[in-house]
Amino acid sequence: MKTLTRLAVCIAIMIQGQAYSQSGAMVEVRGGEFIPLYGTKTEVPVGDFLMDVYPVTNAEFLEFVEQNPRWRKSQVKQLFADENYLRSWKNDLSLGSDNLPNSPVTNVSWFAAKNYCECQGKRLPSIDEWEYVAMANETSPDARSEKSYNQYILSWYETPNTFKNTVGNTFKNYWEVYDLHGLVWEWTSDFNSVMIGGESRQDSTGDNNLFCGAAAVGATDLMNYAAFMRYAFRGSVKARYSVKNLGFRCVRDIEKSNL
Amino acid sequence: MKNFKHSKKRLACVFFLAALVAGVFTSCDKAVAAKENPELMKVYGESEAEMTSPPMVPRPVGKRAATKLIVNMEVVEKEMEMSDGVSYVYWTFDGTVPGSFIRTRVGDEVEFHLKNHPDSKLPHNIDLHAVTGPGGGAESSFVAPGHEAVFTFKTMNPGLYVYHCATAPVGMHIANGMYGLILVEPEGGLEPVDKEYYVMQGDFYTEGENGERGLQAFSMQKAVDEDADYVVFNGKVGGLTGDNALTAKVGETVRLFVGNGGPNLVSSFHVIGEIFDKVYLEGGAMINENVQTTLIPAGGAAIVEFKVEVPGNLVLVDHSIFRAFNKGALGILKVEGEENEKVFGGKIEEKVYNPGVTAIEEATEEVTEDAPLATTSLAEKMERGKQIYTQNCLACHQATGNGIPNAFPPLANSDYLNADVHRAIEVVKFGLSGEIEVNGNVYNSAMPKQNISDEDVANVLTYVYNNWGNNKTEVTAEMVKKAK
Repeated sequence: MKTLTRLAVCIAIMIQGQAYSQSGAMVEVRGGEFIPLYGTKTEVPVGDFLMDVYPVTNAEFLEFVEQNPRWRKSQVKQLFADENYLRSWKNDLSLGSDNLPNSPVTNVSWFAAKNYCECQGKRLPSIDEWEYVAMANETSPDARSEKSYNQYILSWYETPNTFKNTVGNTFKNYWEVYDLHGLVWEWTSDFNSVMIGGESRQDSTGDNNLFCGAAAVGATDLMNYAAFMRYAFRGSVKARYSVKNLGFRCVRDIEKSNL
Repeated sequence: MKNFKHSKKRLACVFFLAALVAGVFTSCDKAVAAKENPELMKVYGESEAEMTSPPMVPRPVGKRAATKLIVNMEVVEKEMEMSDGVSYVYWTFDGTVPGSFIRTRVGDEVEFHLKNHPDSKLPHNIDLHAVTGPGGGAESSFVAPGHEAVFTFKTMNPGLYVYHCATAPVGMHIANGMYGLILVEPEGGLEPVDKEYYVMQGDFYTEGENGERGLQAFSMQKAVDEDADYVVFNGKVGGLTGDNALTAKVGETVRLFVGNGGPNLVSSFHVIGEIFDKVYLEGGAMINENVQTTLIPAGGAAIVEFKVEVPGNLVLVDHSIFRAFNKGALGILKVEGEENEKVFGGKIEEKVYNPGVTAIEEATEEVTEDAPLATTSLAEKMERGKQIYTQNCLACHQATGNGIPNAFPPLANSDYLNADVHRAIEVVKFGLSGEIEVNGNVYNSAMPKQNISDEDVANVLTYVYNNWGNNKTEVTAEMVKKAK
C-alpha cells in the first residue's frame, strides 16, 4: 500500500513537473564519443539524451519535500542523508532568508537527488554524460584544450560561496545548458565508480594518468588538472553526504519523452 | 643463639642484595629496550595538543612521559594579503600559512582529527612526514567539505617534520599554502633555550607578475616551470617584518624551527649578522656547529640555534639573494639590549679616499676648491652627472630612476625632489634616514651620505633634475656649498 501511495505521489508530481516550463526545462544533447580524463585510451560512447538546462533550484526542491515528507529535513532517515542535509534551510518547509529560491539546492545527498529525479520521470546523469556536456564552452562542443575555458573553471575553484548565486548565472554552453561550471559541484549516478583514494600519489589501479597528480601535468595538460579536482571531489564524498557546494541536475533518455 | 641470629641476618641481607641486583638488571633491560624502540613506549593519560599560530610555538614537552595526544586541525580556504595591494586565495590548515605548529614527544600516540570547513570548495587531506604509515596519513584523512576524518599514529622518530596536503593535484594544494611543521621531541625534550620561533619558507606562483595589484590567481604553468613570483617567510611578503618581526634580548639563546614547504625551491637559509652555533641538519639528530648558511630542502626542515650577543636587526634571508630582495624572502629578528663594543665595535672612522694623489696635488686641489668655480656648461654637467650617477646611485635607484618598490624611492617624476631642491642637496651631502613619502608611497630606510665633492653633487643633481620628467632645475656648486 505504501509503495502504491509513493508511486501515486511520484506520478502526481511528474505531471505537475511537466506543467512547469521553467523548472525542469531540458535541451537535447546529441551523443558522441570522447576520451574522458581517467585511464582509457579509447573513446567512450555517449548516447543522445535530454539534460536539465539548470541545476535543480531551492524552490523546486521545496516543492518536492512538500509532497514527499520523508525527504524533509527533520524526517529524513540517517541512512539516506547525514547531519548536513538541508542544513542552511530554516526548517522543513522554509528556505529562510539566507537562501534564494532560484539558487541551486545544495546540502542534499545522492539518495535525495536520485529520488527527486526519479519522481520527475528522469534520472541522474552518469559521469560520462556529465563530462561530455561539460567539456563544451559557448561555441564548441569540446573546448578542453582552450586556455580560456580552463582558466574559467580554475578561477571558479578559487571563488568562494558561488552556491549563493542564482541559476543561469554562468554561461550558456554549446548545448544551451547553463552552470555546469561556475556554480556548484553536481551529483552523478556513478560518482564513486572511478577509483580514487585519498592518496593521490600512489593510486595505481592502472589509471596512472589520473593519479600521479602533479607529475602527469605538463603544459598541454592544463585541462587535466581542472578535471583532476572534479574527480578528487567525487572521490571524497559518499552517497549520504550533504555538502554545501554540491547540487545536482537530472537527465532523461530520449525514448521516454515521446510518451 | 647469637650465631644463629647473626647468620640469619646475613642471609637476609644477601637475599635482599641479590633481589636488588636482579631487579636493577632486569628493569634496566626493559628501560633500555623502551628507549631504543619507541613502539614499546607506554603512553600515560590523554590530552589535547596545544596548537599555536606562527611564529609562536607551544610549550616544550620537557620531561613528560609519552601520552595520548589529541590533535584538532581545520582546513580553511580563505583570501588573504600576499603583499601590498596583492591578495591571494590561500588554502590553509587552521587559517594560517604555515599551519599550526604541532609539538609532540617520541612515543606519543596521536589521534588526529582533520576537519574540512563546509565552505570549502575542495576535499583535502594531510600527509605528516612524522607518520610511519601509508601516505603519511593522507589516505586516512581524505575529507570532503563539511566533514571530519580521524586517524591515529604513533611518533616513532624524534625530529622536525613537514606536514602538507596531498590531494590531487598535490602541487597546487601545497603551492596554495597547505603546509606546516610537526616537532617530535626526544625523550627528555630538547635543551631549553630562551626564545623559540616558527619560520617556514614557501614559493608562490601567480598569474600576474610580482607586485601586480588585485586578487591574483594561481598559475599552474609557472609552478611547473618553477618560476616563482613570491618567495616568502610565513605566507606573505612582510610576514616577519615590521610589526611581525621576531624579538630577542642581548644574551639570549634563540632557536628557530625553520621549515620549507616549497613546493619547488630549496632554501639557502642565512641570518645576516649571526652565525648558527648549532644546526640540527635537516631537522634530524646530526648537529653541525658554526654554520653561516644551511640548506633546507623543499618538504624539509632544520633547527638552528644561536646566542645573540649584540643589539640590532638581524635579517633572515634565503641567500639565493634575488629571492630575498626582489621576491620577499626576508624577515627581521630585532635584538635589543646593551651594546657590546668588543664583539662588534661598529664604525669607528670615516674619511676620504683618493688613490694616486700626492700631498702637493692634494694641497692644490683644496685651494682650487675654495676659489670661485669656473662655470661649466649644462651639457658638461649632464655628462659628468651621468657618470657620477652610474657609479654612486644606480645600484639602488636604478638606471631608469624608478628605484625598487618598498625599498628605494624613485627619482623619476619625484614629487619629493621637485618640491625642494635644497632638501635634495642635503640628502645627497649628508644622507637621510627615517620615513618619507614619495609619489604617494611611504619609504622608511637609510641612505648613506655620498662622499663626492660639492661640484659633483651639483653635477649629479643637475643630471637627475633634467631627466625622467623632473622639473629641470640646474643645481650649482654654490648652492651645494651653502648647504650645511
